[in-house]
Amino acid sequence: MAVLSDEVVMSNMQTVRRRTSPGFDQGFRWASYGSALVVLAVLAGILGAMLYGGWPAFQEFGFSFITSSVWNVGEDQYGAWVAISGTLTSALIALVIGVPISIGIAIFLTQLCPPWLKRPVSTTIELLAAVPSIIYGMWGLFVFAPFFARFVQIPVSELVEGIPILGTIFYARVPSGVGMMTAGIILAIMIIPFIASIARDILDQIPTVLRESAYGIGCTTWEVVRYVLLPQAGVSIIGAIMLGLGRALGETMAVTFVIGNANRLSLSLFDPSSTIASRIANEFNEAAGMQMHALLALGCILFLVTFIVLMFARFLISRVQTH
Amino acid sequence: MSTIAVNAGGGIGNAAAADANASVRIAVRNLDFYYGDFRGLKDISLNFFDRQVTALIGPSGCGKSTLLRTFNRIYSLYPEQRATGEILLDGQNVLSSSIDVNELRARVGMVFQKPTPFPMSIYDNIAFGIRLYEKLPRGELDDRIEEALRKAALWDEVKDKLRQSGMGLSGGQQQRLCIARTIAQRPEVILLDEPTSALDPISTGKIEELIEQLRSEFTIVIVTHNMQQAARISQYTAFMYLGELVEFGPTAKMFMNPGKKQTQDYITGRFG
Repeated sequence: MAVLSDEVVMSNMQTVRRRTSPGFDQGFRWASYGSALVVLAVLAGILGAMLYGGWPAFQEFGFSFITSSVWNVGEDQYGAWVAISGTLTSALIALVIGVPISIGIAIFLTQLCPPWLKRPVSTTIELLAAVPSIIYGMWGLFVFAPFFARFVQIPVSELVEGIPILGTIFYARVPSGVGMMTAGIILAIMIIPFIASIARDILDQIPTVLRESAYGIGCTTWEVVRYVLLPQAGVSIIGAIMLGLGRALGETMAVTFVIGNANRLSLSLFDPSSTIASRIANEFNEAAGMQMHALLALGCILFLVTFIVLMFARFLISRVQTH
Repeated sequence: MSTIAVNAGGGIGNAAAADANASVRIAVRNLDFYYGDFRGLKDISLNFFDRQVTALIGPSGCGKSTLLRTFNRIYSLYPEQRATGEILLDGQNVLSSSIDVNELRARVGMVFQKPTPFPMSIYDNIAFGIRLYEKLPRGELDDRIEEALRKAALWDEVKDKLRQSGMGLSGGQQQRLCIARTIAQRPEVILLDEPTSALDPISTGKIEELIEQLRSEFTIVIVTHNMQQAARISQYTAFMYLGELVEFGPTAKMFMNPGKKQTQDYITGRFG
């Protein structure tokens, strides 16, 4: 019976003409192609415009544009090194502080957190990710910087003064609270929610039975996390960290508020500095001529730095995967 | 191996008969178990005998896995789960709060439904568990690892690739690796929670043969959905239903001459 009715339906299907127009499907395909091409076009457009705008600066200063740490608007002399090293250093500080805390949060949420606390903490972390960066900047400048100057910069500077290396890295000539370290800390706070929530999702995806078998041979929580869960999550955790790094490298507003925007190279983490993004944000408004070219060239370099970091991340990930 | 694989479905008669003189290794007394408010085990009392294989059978949700998970207190990872009553391992109550659960878990090893190799080399998968509790010189550690792999019938297949990741093995090999990892710690009791449910018949045959061999050294408790498997490898069988222990006895008697109608109905496939 069932077979019979199936056949009837089948034969009916063959006689019904489907009303489809080949033209529409073709159009749909082109529209899809087009959407994808828009991304490439935008990327190429941005890169092209910046290269075009920045080219005179590269021509004028040559390779020394990257290695020179002189940025003097009055004499029209421009070198990017302070901003490049500032960008990398502040992002590095952010990772050093932010990654352990983020992974700690993810481990707490997935392994230790009592169920009733899980939702409030998770929601708070997602809310933190949604806070606009200008808010972090204002909080950093008006609340955190004075606190940091008084309770960290001044006492630490007094403590390390005269000690080699430490006395250079952690000495504030003017303990104003702003500077490289402050920017790094604010960046760390900003990237924590990103890394933590992705790391949490990654740890959540590890099968319960793997975790149970690690506990099952008598591991402590630390041993389970350190030797089984984190290695199991390994590659994906690196991906989460790189996403945070990407944000730290490009973050502009908050950093501009708290980094001090100095054009001078300093070995001290407590001294003001600047990043590529903060330099552009600070000067773009009033720039003209060679200064504008130099800023656009800085933009190219940020583009390149971010690109290299992501390539390096890819390389790391592929290396881990093949093991 | 092949005899067992061929006999799969062959019913009872393959396993050694229950040893009537075996001493009690684990004594469960008035055990209740709660998932939050739900009572998952109801007043369970039974004995598990030294160096015998005891199979826990029953339909899904009957509490057999729950019972298994109380012996090494793995359930205590979940705060809403709790057990009351007594589980005496060599006379010591494992439910007592004074027990060091990590040490308990080294004494009561567990193998799970799915193979769970750790993300490290084959060698380290086994060395890891040993190193947690013993500091051994390198040579001795190597010997222990070889011994464990030999006992788990895996040595010949992996001896040339001990440094490779344990994740690269086949499912059946991974499960034998997990068994090797467990026996390397020299536990007193081995808990097997449906250890072959994710494996093909040939791998299943190998694991069953392995269990038969391990019986001479360890007390084994196995949860299984597969009645033939219970008949093939166990000396004692406990049939559970809805959180209660319906019947417990030597496997031969349970399968040929069960005392309760419910047991007979389940064993003959009338429900479950």
